Amino acid sequence: MYKAKVNITLRKSILDPKGKAAHHALQNLGLNNVEDVRIGKFVEMNIAAGSKEEAYELAETACTQLLANEVMEDYQIDIE
Amino acid sequence: MSKKIGVIVFPGSNCDHDAYHAMKHVMNVETEFLWHKDTNLNGVDLLIVPGGFSYGDYLRSGAIARFSPVMNAVQDYVKEGRPVIGICNGFQILLEAGLLPGAMLHNEKLRFVCKNVHIRVESTHSQFTSGLQKGDVLKIPVSHGEGNYFIEAEGLQNLEENNQIAFRYCDAHGEINEDSNFNGSVSSIAGITNEQGNVLGMMPHPERAMEPILGNTDGITFFNSVFNELHIA
Repeated sequence: MYKAKVNITLRKSILDPKGKAAHHALQNLGLNNVEDVRIGKFVEMNIAAGSKEEAYELAETACTQLLANEVMEDYQIDIE
Repeated sequence: MSKKIGVIVFPGSNCDHDAYHAMKHVMNVETEFLWHKDTNLNGVDLLIVPGGFSYGDYLRSGAIARFSPVMNAVQDYVKEGRPVIGICNGFQILLEAGLLPGAMLHNEKLRFVCKNVHIRVESTHSQFTSGLQKGDVLKIPVSHGEGNYFIEAEGLQNLEENNQIAFRYCDAHGEINEDSNFNGSVSSIAGITNEQGNVLGMMPHPERAMEPILGNTDGITFFNSVFNELHIA
């Protein structure tokens, strides 16, 4: 059994208003060293697969078919 | 044979009855609901994918509804060149289903916006807008939190070249400016069609602007255009 950890964020070219709002709030907290905030989604999946590569492929299919919308989002998969 | 309109009902649709009422009781056309588990569309002559919050907008608006059984029938219906209108969440579902290009982001200012807005007819090259004049201004209500239409530059160019931009947000005089583009949509886009012109997605709700008692009847102007071209009613 593998665990896939997927991070989905808006593509870098797209303004992330939630991240921007959080960034403003962090600045109000005095955390001025925080230079940029991006807010996304985190998805964890337990995957029954014969190998790490197979688990990655399954997770990638899940991302491209449902979890992420590649028109506006990027995803990053880590398999443990 | 009399014409028939179908309104799809997903779990979480909440403008399905508005659309049904507008079609059946205001426009006086035979109308029926189609459940999201139906696998055929009963030969309807126009399909409406209504607004709401299908599947609670989990993951992304429209992302889960795309996998409802009825959507296979919708894909076939579109391939046959038959007409589909997606309103608000219906637009989002059609985007997620790949029947229209682009995607919806959260409104730029992150607020849910529910008010009358003005939209300008940008193209009369579709089955839905050919009864309108380019530049016509309609007052139609919007009600959405994720209506910030996004498409990359190349896609936008395709939309423009193929006359696929049906409506843009504008002010009461038909002027397009930063204030009129209240949700931050690329190029102030409020509605688009597919390349073939038989699928329309729009964020504003014409079915909510159908009766004088509600203070706005511009929705009738829109549906008259649709029905005229499709020879409905």
